[in-house]
Amino acid sequence: MTLQEIIQPENKVYGKTPLLTDTPMHYCPGCSHGVVHKLIAEVIEEMGIQDITIGIAPVGCAVFAYNYIDIDWQEAAHGRAPALATAVNRLLPESCVFTYQGDGDLAAIGTAETIHACNRGENIAIFFINNGIYGMTGGQMAPTTIEGMVTSTSPEGRDVMLEGYPLKISNLLTILDGTCYVTRQAVHTPATVVRAKKAIRKAFENTLAKKGTSVVEFVSTCNSGWKMSPHQANQWMAEHMFKAYPLGDLKDQ
Amino acid sequence: MARNKGAVIVNIERCKGCHLCEEACPSNVLEMNQQTNAMGYHYSYMANVEACTGCASCAYVCPDACITVYRVKS
Repeated sequence: MTLQEIIQPENKVYGKTPLLTDTPMHYCPGCSHGVVHKLIAEVIEEMGIQDITIGIAPVGCAVFAYNYIDIDWQEAAHGRAPALATAVNRLLPESCVFTYQGDGDLAAIGTAETIHACNRGENIAIFFINNGIYGMTGGQMAPTTIEGMVTSTSPEGRDVMLEGYPLKISNLLTILDGTCYVTRQAVHTPATVVRAKKAIRKAFENTLAKKGTSVVEFVSTCNSGWKMSPHQANQWMAEHMFKAYPLGDLKDQ
Repeated sequence: MARNKGAVIVNIERCKGCHLCEEACPSNVLEMNQQTNAMGYHYSYMANVEACTGCASCAYVCPDACITVYRVKS
C-alpha cells in the first residue's frame, strides 16, 4: 500500500482541531503549554461549546493564549484571573468560564484570588500549569519550585530552611467546600495526554452542570528555564517533580 | 498478526523540531530532517515509512499540533 493510498480523508484518525488558530504558538520547542492548549481546544470542539465558552488569559508565558484558541477571551491582570472569571460568570451565568494560569500567576501573586474563588465555589474551571519556576522572566524560583531544584535565583538548589517548602496549592484547594473536582495530571507521554484530556472534559462538564470550582493542575516542563532538552526535561519531571506532585485525582465529588 | 498501516503528515512550517514525537513513537518512524523550515528548525519527517502503524502517539504529544495521522486497518 502506498503513502498516497493511506493519506486519504476517510483514513484520517487525528489532526489539528479547527479551534486552534493557524497562528504559530510563541512557546519554546517542546513546551507543555502547547499540548494543554491543544487538549482544551479539542475538548471544547468535541463538546460543541465554542459559542458559550469564555477563557481568561493570565500573565506569564500563556499571556497570548487568546491568539491560539478561537473562542472569546478576557485578559486578566497578573494573578487576577479567578476574580475576572467570577465577574464574567456572574454577569453571564449561562457561559462556560475557565481560567488558564501558570504557577507564578495562580500560586504566587494570585494565591488569594485562587483560594477565595475556590472557597466561594465559583462555577468556573481553573487550568493550572505548574512547571516549578517563573518561565517567562528567565527561570527564577517560584513558590512551587521543588526542594533542591536549581533555578536562576537558587543556583545551589532550593533550601527549604531559607526559602520554605514548595506550595502544593492543589492539595490546599481540596479542603475547601467550594471545589468539586481537583486533579493533578501531566502531558509528557501519550497515555498521560489521554488522561489529561479526560480531566479537562470533566472540568468543563462540572462547570456546565454548575457543580462548583474544578481545578486541573498540569505538572509541566519548562525546558528552556530548566536548561534541558525537551526530552531530558520530561525525564527530569517524571523523576523529581512527580515525587513532590504525585499525579491523580485529589478530590472528586 | 497483520498490523495496521499508517502515515503522518507534518505541518513543516509549524514544527519546532522539539523531538518529542520522535521519542513518543513506538516504531521509530520519525526523525528530524537535515533541512530547516522558515523558522530555522529541523522539522520532523517520516524516515522509516514502512514501520508506521498510525497509532497517533506522536500527534498526542506534539505541542504545536503539527501532525495529522492516517490509518488503514489491515
